[in-house]
Amino acid sequence: MKQSEVDYSDVQGLVRFGYGKMKEASYVHLRVKDVTAARGWLRNAPVSSAVATTPPPPSAMQVAFTAAGLEALGVPPSVLAGFSPEFLTGMTEENRARRLGDVGSNAPSQWEWGNATSVPHLMVMFFAEPGRLQAFMQNSKGNAWNAAFEEQRWLGTADLDGIEPFGFTDGISQPQIDWERQRNVTRPQIDYSNVVALGEFLLGYSNEYDKYTDRPLIDADSASARRLLAAEDAPEKKDIGRNGTYLVMRQLRQDVRSFWQFVNRRAGGNSAEADKLGAAFVGRTRAGDPLVPMQEQPIPGIGPDPEQIRQNQFTFAKDPMGAGCPFGAHVRRENPRNTDYPGRPTGLAKLITMLGFGPSGFRDDLMSSVRFHRILRRGREYGPELLPENALAPAPPNDPERGLQFICLNANISRQFEFLQNAWTVNTKFSGLTGESDPLIGNREAIPGCPVTDDFTMQKDGSLRRRVSGLPQFITVRGGAYFFLPGLRALRYFAGAGDT
Amino acid sequence: MTPQANFMVLAAIDPPRETALRGLLASMNGAPGRVNAANALIPFAQFDTLHFARFVILDDKTLEDVRVYGLPVRTYPLYLAFLGDIDGDLDAFLGKLVKRAEKGLRSIFSCCAGFTSDTDLVEWMKRNSAPVIANYVNCRGRTVRRIREEAALKKALEEHLQSHAPALTGIPPRELFSKLQQFVNAEKSAGRLTLSDESPTPIGWWIKNALHLVGVPLLFLLALPLLIVIAPIFLILLRRKEKTDPELCWRVDQAYSDALSLLEDRDVTNQFTALASRKPGFVRLWTLIGILAGVDYAARHLVRPGRLGRIRTIHFARWVLLDGKKRGTFFSNYDGTVEAYMDDFINKAGFGLNAIFCNAIGYPRTNWLFRDGCADEQKYRNFLRRHTLPTQVWYKAYPGLTAIDLERNRRIREGLESSSMSEQETREWVALL
Repeated sequence: MKQSEVDYSDVQGLVRFGYGKMKEASYVHLRVKDVTAARGWLRNAPVSSAVATTPPPPSAMQVAFTAAGLEALGVPPSVLAGFSPEFLTGMTEENRARRLGDVGSNAPSQWEWGNATSVPHLMVMFFAEPGRLQAFMQNSKGNAWNAAFEEQRWLGTADLDGIEPFGFTDGISQPQIDWERQRNVTRPQIDYSNVVALGEFLLGYSNEYDKYTDRPLIDADSASARRLLAAEDAPEKKDIGRNGTYLVMRQLRQDVRSFWQFVNRRAGGNSAEADKLGAAFVGRTRAGDPLVPMQEQPIPGIGPDPEQIRQNQFTFAKDPMGAGCPFGAHVRRENPRNTDYPGRPTGLAKLITMLGFGPSGFRDDLMSSVRFHRILRRGREYGPELLPENALAPAPPNDPERGLQFICLNANISRQFEFLQNAWTVNTKFSGLTGESDPLIGNREAIPGCPVTDDFTMQKDGSLRRRVSGLPQFITVRGGAYFFLPGLRALRYFAGAGDT
Repeated sequence: MTPQANFMVLAAIDPPRETALRGLLASMNGAPGRVNAANALIPFAQFDTLHFARFVILDDKTLEDVRVYGLPVRTYPLYLAFLGDIDGDLDAFLGKLVKRAEKGLRSIFSCCAGFTSDTDLVEWMKRNSAPVIANYVNCRGRTVRRIREEAALKKALEEHLQSHAPALTGIPPRELFSKLQQFVNAEKSAGRLTLSDESPTPIGWWIKNALHLVGVPLLFLLALPLLIVIAPIFLILLRRKEKTDPELCWRVDQAYSDALSLLEDRDVTNQFTALASRKPGFVRLWTLIGILAGVDYAARHLVRPGRLGRIRTIHFARWVLLDGKKRGTFFSNYDGTVEAYMDDFINKAGFGLNAIFCNAIGYPRTNWLFRDGCADEQKYRNFLRRHTLPTQVWYKAYPGLTAIDLERNRRIREGLESSSMSEQETREWVALL
């Protein structure tokens, strides 16, 4: 099969860049008001690509669609059917909501946006360097905007200088995309790598199984279809997914006061102890340092930046008891940094492990291999900063909402985002634990047979673990939706949907 | 040790009674996917040796798949299957079942062909039982009683540790261990905790098991000369089929998938029922029989407790062949979502899974029986979802407990009862708490 180079000019920039220098950002949810006008706007929309320029541009615009949005634009049902079931049925589908932990106060019926009555059609995301956002948005919207769209909701963001609202450095660990397609995924992986196959983050390329994730492939039977790229794995077909990916968005309200007041109470009012407990929840200190020592051996895809090496060159292999970083800590749940086999077996030892006669400890080989479950995070904070030291004061009246506009990119929502959210985040049985979900972002809803789900355990090597109980729910889901972030050719195809 | 047994009653549904039967089965649930363990028909909770049970209507929507081999579509009766996994002797259980739930069983089975009001219930169930070809028990000898006693032990320890945390924090493992041992002994003496001794292993079972342990390899050895002669031809034939067998791996209808999802993730454990037609021909038939016999032997004598190969989330599983071995079913009880279950299968046990399921029509193409296949992850998930059936009634005796929970509790208990533990073992024991 011919493996081609990635055409960056066809990829939306967000896949390659976090737009970190563009400190201002605003996202708007739109409903299509007039199909023709909407298509017209999309045809000419100055959507930013992933081509790197020097100097980098001062602003960027990205466009993503929900399934309802593609339908509203007139994308035929036969084409839509090629997208993934998660995308088509949406984040709020009842059974999915149960799996994602969106129950109780997180239930879609409680959401401000994204539930059955308020699904957006598309989201336009604006990014700009400080002071330039308003003008950039005005410019990008142009004349057709008002005729084309009804603005449903603006989601603002705030620049907290790389610190998320609870006060911890965020965005430290990201997978490195294998843009050059050098990675050999067919061999069993026995060493943790931070390099992940391109197909995990962009459709139309091979993934960690060395397969092409399902996406709509169509015949070249219209002018707009002919402009699409051919599918690598089915060259006679045109690939609508090529250079596109799924964008998961969730607005998470963070109760910063509740977090620090709880931690402070459990630390007996000692602020150094409170910091330690907070760090145990997160699995990193507030400055972002890991709780386990750095390893000597380099990890592919980490570095060469010394700061990145210092904060990311580690796995949990040397912390099998969880004494350094608790098993249930947020970062250990979200990225256990493990491999296909526990304990780096080779040759005969690998065969023995494969047959189930490897290490037999209680916690050995409990987890799925992480390389199939990575996501690319592109979220931004919102709301005013509240420093941990100020969070101990009671909330003033009309305390503004603050939190995270969580955004992640992945080619397979069910295997990547949903697996992470279900099996590792809200699962109270994660990694041999019981009675606790993610200390930061888990809900605390009881499940049948398990009345207690609000514990957090800090393992010790050689003495009794410390169990913190009664964790409040620190995060509430305020909205969410699955979007498709198309490649630019596909975007123009949607703009011409229905053309012959 | 009390060994586990299982049963599967399989009977054709009397077509005019199908709707009534579905109504009866639905009446046993409190909500979708949630059985009422005290339901009026079969109050499952009253049977303290019953681990899992299910009623499932084997409604095969993929019968037309045989057309890809140019074969005529067969019609099979619509079956009702009633399965259970139990402790101890099957006859004793069935006797108790009939005694407590005769009326309910009769009203359910009266929807099946040939069942009348004067049918002898036990005799009928036995006559209509489907033999298991490969069976897996997570931990042989671990009874429902033991599971519940050990869960109570864990809970008591948890509460004790909570209320005595200051005194127990930071003390060396051996000291902690002996303090907790004293606590448990005191609780036992006071009658607040029970940790029953194991019952003696039934001698008949022991002999049968030993004969099986030795007999199967012996038979294999005896047949070996013949197998060696046949093997090359067999492999060539198998290889040829493998390269040409069609794949039927399209995505299942969304409404069908949603109907399955509605029953899933109501507990930390889920049920799984799958049904497919076997690929035609003796090569596939004997490959399937051979592999399943191997799996059954391994699951019975070789695997470690709590592990099916690398998979640690399955409580009970079994394969049953139907209709002259023309169709096969797989039933299991596993922890986590179906997504995570498939993940385990693909990444931890893909080779074994391929060797079994590749004999079903439409399975993604394998390479020398063990390779590829489910590594084509999406095709494999599509294939399996297409063959998954909704399980109408599903009972689990210990809601909220995963197989890992059971293993932890077992290790805690065994530690307490062991006569000597090394320093390292004591540390590991303390880490279980």
